[in-house]
Amino acid sequence: MPRPLDLLPFLLSGAVVTVELTAGAAGVACVAAFLAGLGRLSRRRPVRWLAGTYVEAFRGTSALVQLFWAYFALPLVGVSLDAMTAGVLALGLNTGAYGAEVVRGAVRAVPQGQHEAALALNLTNAQKMRYVILPQALVAALPPAGNLLIEMLKNTSLVSLITISELTFRGQTLRAETLRTVEIFGLLLVVYFLLALLITSGVRALERRLSFGMDRGGGR
Amino acid sequence: MFDWAFALRILPDLLRALRVTVQATVFGMVLALALGLAWALARRSVSGPISWSAAWFVEFVRSTPLLVQVYFLFYVLPGVGLRLNPFLTGVLAIGLHYSAYTSEVYRAGIEGVPRGQWEAATALNLSHFHTLRHVVLPQAIPPMVPALGNYLVAMFKDTPMLSAITVLEVLQTAKIIGAETFRYLEPLTLVGALFLALSLCSAALIRWLERRLVLRTAERL
Amino acid sequence: MKPIVRLRKVNKSYGDLRVLRDLDIEVAPGECLAVIGPSGSGKSTLLRLLMTLERPDSGLIEVDGDPLWEMERGGRQVPADERHLRRVRGKVGMVFQHFNLFPHMKALENVALAPMRVLGLSRREAEARGRELLGMVGLEGKVDAYPAQLSGGQKQRVAIARALAAQPRVMLFDEVTSALDPELVGEVLNVLRQLAQDTDMTMIVVTHEMNFAREIADRVAFFDHGRVVEDDTPDVIFANPQHERTREFLRAVIEV
Repeated sequence: MPRPLDLLPFLLSGAVVTVELTAGAAGVACVAAFLAGLGRLSRRRPVRWLAGTYVEAFRGTSALVQLFWAYFALPLVGVSLDAMTAGVLALGLNTGAYGAEVVRGAVRAVPQGQHEAALALNLTNAQKMRYVILPQALVAALPPAGNLLIEMLKNTSLVSLITISELTFRGQTLRAETLRTVEIFGLLLVVYFLLALLITSGVRALERRLSFGMDRGGGR
Repeated sequence: MFDWAFALRILPDLLRALRVTVQATVFGMVLALALGLAWALARRSVSGPISWSAAWFVEFVRSTPLLVQVYFLFYVLPGVGLRLNPFLTGVLAIGLHYSAYTSEVYRAGIEGVPRGQWEAATALNLSHFHTLRHVVLPQAIPPMVPALGNYLVAMFKDTPMLSAITVLEVLQTAKIIGAETFRYLEPLTLVGALFLALSLCSAALIRWLERRLVLRTAERL
Repeated sequence: MKPIVRLRKVNKSYGDLRVLRDLDIEVAPGECLAVIGPSGSGKSTLLRLLMTLERPDSGLIEVDGDPLWEMERGGRQVPADERHLRRVRGKVGMVFQHFNLFPHMKALENVALAPMRVLGLSRREAEARGRELLGMVGLEGKVDAYPAQLSGGQKQRVAIARALAAQPRVMLFDEVTSALDPELVGEVLNVLRQLAQDTDMTMIVVTHEMNFAREIADRVAFFDHGRVVEDDTPDVIFANPQHERTREFLRAVIEV
């Protein structure tokens, strides 16, 4: 294979790990964002406080520091995580905190009239959220969620610093072996860019599917 | 478990390293603000290739990890004859990365100024430069402050990446302390707390700035 | 006959703004009551209180003999719990000025939601009822349409079908034609006329359509500053109003 493409196979096996990490952390982030976002809208003050603390704590500190803390400091209080678990958890909880604000904003953006119509039909609160509010909030949350997913993808490069053999780690390994720095890091950037494009188009397609029939842009 | 005495002992070292963190952020932000404006204006250029290249550059930088961009500059620049120390390389990388974000903020802000303002400036025969300088930018900037402020806070939290290229900022210092003493819990927790404090302070600063700018424009109108 | 809706000395304020003052009003079963009056007179608030969208500051509200915000427990009157509230709320249905259809559901799904989830019907039964009601309002061809694909008049008719599907005993209509283009008003009023004349549904209709009120209402109540100023048959109110304020209002409205 021509240079620099001969580097690709080694790098792409790292890309697989990157995708796995992104998917795993995204799963954690979704759950955390959902719980914390709705938690901040709860009528019970302790729930609001708990959710708020999680969000502010994880948004206010650096993702890399959280990662290091999960991997290096946690063992010293008795919880020993392997690198992958530490990575997925730390990144997932970090992005989940930003996601919580997206969820909160999306739910609050559903017009008041929808709540009133649901009440007028005598739906319980749970039924209202499940059938009326959340489906609409989901569509509104997709664009910012897509951006967060790209942030997540970029953050996976940080786990190279706790020795997980994903894309960036492999890039560093190659550099140490071959010193072809421009090609290696150029390729790395291109692969990440393509992955990001994939995510963006995927999110847009999902948006189109979910808002089928809906007049996007503040319908009644 | 948590050795408070040890924590207090290492705090001065961490605070000293925090200065490097703050410096890197401030210089990075200055660079990001300047370059961001350049990209935003380039994207509005009437010349197709310039606008198109700027758009793709911004999109590329925004979509790829900062860490990889840091490595890129760190390893590649010496090869093209630019021998910068790690700190400057890091500042350059951060400034460039965030200039892609600030350029989007500038673009949104400039496009938010009503078309009528541009038309009035044309009617007064102002040059493009003067239009921007005296009419458009002064109106575009106050609403941009919250978004730019958020990026300032984000930048603080990205500086630990520079530890990967041996810049002695606060995370690198914590790692060194940990490696020497085998106690990671206290240094890393302190670093987390320091960042939280930095975030809260910057957020308060941004809100203060917002209020001041809003008041001034309201008085003028 | 016992009234199906009863309000006694109901007061409601929003902050400093007193919207309803010691309001007394009753509606008999099967009656169609039109409520008219200037903006801010409290007409919509009356409906919102009945629909439990708001709580009164004081006073009694009863629907079909049951107080809304109180219930009996052990021989005493205590504040109502959620179950009681839902039971009484189920007797009231409402159609809104701005439709409030669920944009992510087709027309049939909008109508079938409450029968399925609140009344416990199976999907088949709920959809059958939905088709029937949509047919009744003239939209059998639009069962699979999304709200965004419907005109204002069609949306409002779906909203009426949706409210009827929940089988209330009292239907509330809050200025349901005010947000419609003039040429679409007629189709909605036709449905209301049908309901008033062909069924024994109790209806409370807040409206600006004076001719319509005159035609279909059994009774007309004129509201002003949170009180019922005059309450009589349409003939009296429109042809021979007893109060000066009523006359003033009607003069202004008819002139426009």
